[in-house]
Amino acid sequence: MAKVFARPESLVDMQSHYCPGCTHGIIHRLIAEVMDELKFADRAIGVAPVGCAVLGYMYFACDMHQAAHGRAPAVATGIKRVVPDGVVFTYQGDGDLASIGCAEIVHAAARGENITTIFVNNGIYGMTGGQMAPTTLPGDKTSTSPYGRDTHKQGFPIRVAEMLATLDGPAYIARVSVHSVPNIVRARRAIKKAFEYQIAGKGFTLVEVLSTCPTNWGLTPLEALDKVAKDMLPYYPLGEYKDIESGAGAKK
Amino acid sequence: MSERVLMKGNEAIAEAAIQAGCRFFFGYPITPQNELPEYMSRRMPQVEGTFLQAESEVAAINMVYGAAGAGARVMTSSSSPGISLKQEGISYLAGAELPAVIVNIVRGGPGLGSIQPSQGAYFQAVKGGGHGDYRLLVLAPANLQEAVDLVTEAFDLADLYRNPVLILGDGLLGQMMEPVEFRKLPSRELPPKTWATTGMRHHPHKNIINSLVLDAPGLEKHILHLQEKYARMNLHEQRAKSLHCADAEVVIVAYGSTARIAKTAVMSLRQSGLKVGLFRPVTLWPFPVNTLSELVPKVKAFLTVEMNAGQMVEDVKLAVNGARPVHFYGRMGGMVPTPEEISSECVRVLGGVR
Ligand SMILES: Cc1ncc(C[n+]2csc(CCOP(=O)(O)OP(=O)(O)O)c2C)c(N)n1
Ligand code: SF4
Repeated sequence: MAKVFARPESLVDMQSHYCPGCTHGIIHRLIAEVMDELKFADRAIGVAPVGCAVLGYMYFACDMHQAAHGRAPAVATGIKRVVPDGVVFTYQGDGDLASIGCAEIVHAAARGENITTIFVNNGIYGMTGGQMAPTTLPGDKTSTSPYGRDTHKQGFPIRVAEMLATLDGPAYIARVSVHSVPNIVRARRAIKKAFEYQIAGKGFTLVEVLSTCPTNWGLTPLEALDKVAKDMLPYYPLGEYKDIESGAGAKK
Repeated sequence: MSERVLMKGNEAIAEAAIQAGCRFFFGYPITPQNELPEYMSRRMPQVEGTFLQAESEVAAINMVYGAAGAGARVMTSSSSPGISLKQEGISYLAGAELPAVIVNIVRGGPGLGSIQPSQGAYFQAVKGGGHGDYRLLVLAPANLQEAVDLVTEAFDLADLYRNPVLILGDGLLGQMMEPVEFRKLPSRELPPKTWATTGMRHHPHKNIINSLVLDAPGLEKHILHLQEKYARMNLHEQRAKSLHCADAEVVIVAYGSTARIAKTAVMSLRQSGLKVGLFRPVTLWPFPVNTLSELVPKVKAFLTVEMNAGQMVEDVKLAVNGARPVHFYGRMGGMVPTPEEISSECVRVLGGVR
C-alpha cells in the first residue's frame, strides 16, 4: 500500500510544546518537508529564536543554534560565513524579528546575506503571555494594550515583507498564510522557493507566514483561523513582494 | 626566523590574531580601537578570511556566536561603550561554552565618557558584566610584544577551555608603536571541535549550540559544570610578573599600561635606595592570588595603582586578606598617572611603614 502521509524525516519524532491549534506546528512541518524534498538536512543549520519557537532547536533534525532574542540573523550570518555551502535558516517570531531584532534583520537583508528567514507573524508575544507586538493590529486587545492598540499612543503595525522588499539585497520576499489548505500549499511553495534560491546562492530570502495564537488571542483554534482571514489578510496582503527571477519588486 | 616590525598596538593585535589562525572578524567602529578592524578589513581578504563590519556591537558579537558555534577561530574588538553592548552575546558565548577572542581597548567612562585611556572596565571584565554565573579568561598585556604573544595564546586557551577570552588593553596600548615579533608558540594539544554546527554530513548526530536549560536541576548542573571548568582555569592559568619584589618593603600592584609607568617609578625609587617592587598581574581573571599572597609575609604594605577609581584594589585586598595595609592611587577619566606621582605616593606609603 502506498504511504500518503508521514512525518517528514527532517522533523524529530517527539511531542512539541506548542498549544493545541497553534499553527507554529504547521510551519515547522512545511520547513521539514522542504528539507526532505530538496535533501539538504545534512547540510542545514537552523537558528531558533527567543519566543514560542525557542525549543525549535530540538524539533528540526539538523544542526541547530539557539540565539538571543532578535539576534538570529546575526548568528546565521556568522554561521553562513564559516559554512558557505551550508543551508542556513532562521525561524523567528514577530517580537523577535520586528521589534528587538529589527536592526539585525534589516541589515542581513541589506547585505543580501545568503540565508533564509521564516518569519512567523502572529501579531502577539506568545511566549511571554500575550503582550502587544509591533505587528498587533490597530484596536486589538493584548495584555499590554488592554483597551485595544491605540495607534495614537502605540503606533502602527510594521509590514515586514513590504519594508524589506524596498531593499536591493533580498532575492526573494513573500508573505503567505497557513489558515487554510490552499494557503498551506502556497506557503510550502514559497518556503521551497526561498531555500532553492539560497542553495543557488541568489541572496537573502524571507517568507513571512501569518500564524495564529489561539491561546493568547483568547479564541478557539477555528476562530483563530477565521481571524487570520478576516482581520490579518486585509492588513497584511499575501503575495511575492520581491523575486529577482521574475523581477517582482515592492508592491503597494 | 621571524623579524621584528614596528607596529601600532591595535594593528599588532590584529596581525597576531591572523597569525594565530583567526579567519573571521566581526566589528563595529569605535575610538580608540579603529585601527584594529581597519587592519582586518585590509588583511582578511589576503588570507581568504572574512572581515565584516556589523550594524552594531550587538550584531557583531552575535555573528561571533554563530561563527564560533560553527567551529571557526573568530575575533571581535571594541572599546568600553561597545563592550557594554556586547555583554549579552558574551554571556551567551559563556553559557553555550564557545571559544572566541574579544578585545577591549578601554576608554574613559561611564556613559560616552572620553576616548582617552582608562582601566574603568576592570569590574566589567573580571566580575561578569553580562548576566549569570560565568567567567572570562582576562589577559592584560603591558607592552606590544606581550599583547602579540597573549593574543596568539588567547585562541588556544579559548579552544582549550571552550570559553571566551578577553584581551583587556587601553587607549595607550592600542595607539602606541613598538617593535614586535610574531613568534610561533609551542603548540598545544587542543580538543577537536566535534560539537561544531557544520551540518550533519560531518558528524553522526545533530549538534546543538545552546544556553537554554529550562529545568532548574539541569541548569544547576550546567552551572556547576562551568564552575568546575573555572576552577581548572584558576588552578592552571594564573599569571603575573614581579620586579624587585624579593626584598621590597612596599610592592606596587598594577596591570597593563599603568604597570609600565609604575615600573619607571620603581626603577627611580630603587636608584634612590628605596626598597620598592612591582607586582603585575598578567591574568586579571584568574587573579594571580597564589603569587601575590606569597609576597604578603615579606612585604610591609601594598600600593595598588590603577587608571580608575579603585577596582582591582578589591581583588588585591582579597588576596592580602587583611594581613597588610593595601593603599590605592588612581587617576581616571583619561588622566594618566606620571611616574613622579606614583613615586611620591610610594614614598608616602614607605614613610608610613618605617
Ligand atoms: C533580551 C530579552 N528580552 C525579553 C525577553 C522575553 N521574551 C521572551 S519571548 C518574547 C516575545 C516573543 O514573541 P514573538 O517573537 O512574537 O514570538 P511568539 O512567542 O509569539 O512565537 C519576549 C519578549 C528575552 N528572553 N530576552
Ligand atoms: S502561546 Fe500562542 S504562539 Fe505560543 S504555542 Fe501557544 S498558541 Fe502558539
